[in-house]
Amino acid sequence: MATKSTGGTEKTKSTEVKKKLNVLIVDDDPLNRRLHEMIIKTIGGISQTAKNGEEAVILHRGGASFDLILMDKEMPERDGVSTTKKLREMKVTSMIVGVTSLADQEEERKAFMEAGLNHCLEKPLTKAKILPLINHLVGA
Amino acid sequence: MDLVQMQKSLQDYTKSLFLEGILDSQFLQLQQLQDESNPDFVSQVVTLFFQDSDRILNDLSLSLDQQVVDFKKVDPHVHQLKGSSSSIGAQRVKNACVVFRSFCEQQNVEACHRCLQQVKQEYYLVKNRLETLFKLEQQIVASGGMIPAVELGF
Repeated sequence: MATKSTGGTEKTKSTEVKKKLNVLIVDDDPLNRRLHEMIIKTIGGISQTAKNGEEAVILHRGGASFDLILMDKEMPERDGVSTTKKLREMKVTSMIVGVTSLADQEEERKAFMEAGLNHCLEKPLTKAKILPLINHLVGA
Repeated sequence: MDLVQMQKSLQDYTKSLFLEGILDSQFLQLQQLQDESNPDFVSQVVTLFFQDSDRILNDLSLSLDQQVVDFKKVDPHVHQLKGSSSSIGAQRVKNACVVFRSFCEQQNVEACHRCLQQVKQEYYLVKNRLETLFKLEQQIVASGGMIPAVELGF
């Protein structure tokens, strides 16, 4: 049977659809966006980026959906806490992983988690940090 | 210098950057992400770091030169520089930013001026060293060789 590729999905010979993980990277730092794009690519995912929380909200209002959202905490326009709360209010069920700095206080991290995160990871992100979460997502 | 010697020079030079604490393991993470489909990934990311940092350091100089220093403007810049230096493994720049932030919290203008000089020193050092590293890599590639993996062994 011929295979057909449509966006991020492939139909294989079996009835199972192999889906590439679709990730939204929300970060105001272009360096971090590039780095996280590359990490996602090397673990076989596809990614889209947003420069701040407001862009992320607009994407979702436009009908976009993602398996995983990597959410930076400190951003202009709309920060990570506010964006996470907003996306959960919009009934977004994606796994949202907050990306924090070592300098962030425990209360700040707690507030970020309570906004609706599934997990929190500390910068800089690496494959080793993200992979267990991806495996959990794929396995779910 | 023949290819083997160039490759050895590159390995030794890269190792020295880690031994001096100029780079940390995050830089290795970047190198491990680079592959044939993205052969310039590390230099792209490092170039973004240089562009970011040049702008931030300029903004910091201007902010600290004001008659009344607005630390609400200074601290986010230092935070951003700390983040980006951490993301590429520029350890000494990152550490200098940590100290800088502590003086921003204290609103100690004089100490912040000293910190800015220290950050600039560390930044220009890592910039210089990375530019040399990339030149060595380019020479190897131009000679038809492969970039050897660095084994730190510590």
